[in-house]
Amino acid sequence: MRILSLAGRRLAASVPTVLLILIGIFLLLQFAPGDTVDAMMAQMGGGDAATARELRRFYGLDLSVPAQLGNYLWRLVRFDLGFSAIYGKPVVTVITERLPATLLLMISALSFAFFFGLVLGVVAARRVNKWPDTLISTLGLIFYATPSFWFGLMAIVVFSIYLQWFPPGGLEDITTVNTGLWRVLDIARHLVLPTLTLGFIYLAIYLRIMRASMLEVQNLDFVRTARAKGLDETRVVVRHVLRNALLPMVTLIGLQAGTMLGGSVVVESVFSLPGLGRLAYESVIQRDLNTLLGIVFVSALVVIAVNFVTDLLYARLDPRITSGV
Amino acid sequence: MDAIRRYLRSPPAVIGLVLLVIVLAMAASAGWLFPHDPLSLAGRPLQWPMANPRFWFGTDNSGRDIAAQIFYGARISLLIGLVATFVSIVIGIVIGALAGYYGGRTDTVLMRLTEAFQTLPNFLLLLVLVAVFGSNITTVTIAIGVVSWPAPARLTRAEFLSLRNREFVQAARTLGMRDLRLIFGEILPNALPPVIVYASVVMAVAILLESALAFLRLSDPNVASWGNLIGLGRDVLRSEWYVSAIPGIAILVTVLAVSLVGQGLNDAFNPRLKGR
Repeated sequence: MRILSLAGRRLAASVPTVLLILIGIFLLLQFAPGDTVDAMMAQMGGGDAATARELRRFYGLDLSVPAQLGNYLWRLVRFDLGFSAIYGKPVVTVITERLPATLLLMISALSFAFFFGLVLGVVAARRVNKWPDTLISTLGLIFYATPSFWFGLMAIVVFSIYLQWFPPGGLEDITTVNTGLWRVLDIARHLVLPTLTLGFIYLAIYLRIMRASMLEVQNLDFVRTARAKGLDETRVVVRHVLRNALLPMVTLIGLQAGTMLGGSVVVESVFSLPGLGRLAYESVIQRDLNTLLGIVFVSALVVIAVNFVTDLLYARLDPRITSGV
Repeated sequence: MDAIRRYLRSPPAVIGLVLLVIVLAMAASAGWLFPHDPLSLAGRPLQWPMANPRFWFGTDNSGRDIAAQIFYGARISLLIGLVATFVSIVIGIVIGALAGYYGGRTDTVLMRLTEAFQTLPNFLLLLVLVAVFGSNITTVTIAIGVVSWPAPARLTRAEFLSLRNREFVQAARTLGMRDLRLIFGEILPNALPPVIVYASVVMAVAILLESALAFLRLSDPNVASWGNLIGLGRDVLRSEWYVSAIPGIAILVTVLAVSLVGQGLNDAFNPRLKGR
């Protein structure tokens, strides 16, 4: 229960943050050249000034900026993100259509990076300054320095064009209709390369943090105690060192949820996945500011949700957090 | 002196330094080796590397010399990296210093702002900024600086929190120094070293952000940027993959060099933290 109230407090504290983001972005977009009506007129193939005035009044764009902001926030409270003139649908619909692909990509990339980062970090820390450690740390540095979109392109060249193991893009095969398990397998096959592309950078970060944190924990007194009472090495590493060394990794997930969403913009563009990131890119190109603002709002919510889950997880791993402070 | 010796004893740091010197030499010699505009037509398009001795790295889809674009691209990447890092570090230092020094309500407000910036995916914010202010090289560079200040701000704030009640600060305060002089004249010089070392991380990320933006064709198309070239090469990826491959390696080497040098400096100046 204390965990929930702690996490709940943190959740409540994020409300002003979201508000600040929305107001900031809303005001920022006021500087953008052209508004929704301009975009719509362009789509219609032009029109006279009277129609434009009429449309502006209809969408409430003739009001003063503070009034528009007030209107916008009031609509947000009712979870109405406005209407996308480009897609001809409410922004909520456009976003919910695109959100699953992004979440799927984020979750699979995160699991990949977390799992392999953990394993490689532990291996490196166990053989510190010997060749496995040097090799793993060097690979980590190289992964970290690789631009993800370039890695994705090269993966397409090798695995899709030459070896033809994986499809070069898309979320599923559109030439055949798959259902049930086959559909799941098909989507999984399409997600392998994007997951690796997005995951490798984070793998590098996780492995570095895990290595450092293992090195730090394995010299603490309680580990010596565990060894002294005769526990075998595996028990010591898994039950005592690993559990404590995991804490910084969990913190990192929360900190990196945002960067990961940002990274998926690029990865989704490389692999033409129908996700939120690609939608953000398209709405920048097409000046669909309503959708862009909606994406900003939803991404902030996703980041906050991830942090909420991390808080819960953290409290579960480290009981000291809920007791005391 | 000690720090320099410690730096030179670490192989990764030396490798990083060598790579960085190579990239700097490329940037410096670009105008001398390739006197023509790197974005002008140089020969038949899509010649493979070494197929024509005039073009070491071949030509791209519109017949421009890839080698020339790589050399001039080094200038652009380093320039954008340095300026964007400078912008982000200056914003970060000012906000972090004010928050850490004054504490209380100032701290709460400034940290809320920092949190808001950190909650928003930085690449998304970058897209918004580019959508609003356009994408010439100046706005892109400033925009990259504007999205990367939260981490330096937090670092500066932490340093200020630990320094602001030290004896030398109290002594200076007793002498009647004003707040601004205390912050920038007394505390900041002591808080600066870790922030400067962290600048290498910011610079590595800034170079990656610019190349990603250029790859999406949202950066300035009128400069020879590595990301632009990768984006162009994507159209011919199926057969002429070298057009994308070569500039990617250039980005990798530059980012690796900057990170290795930063890590080396960190270890050299904080020997106790080595290996973290």
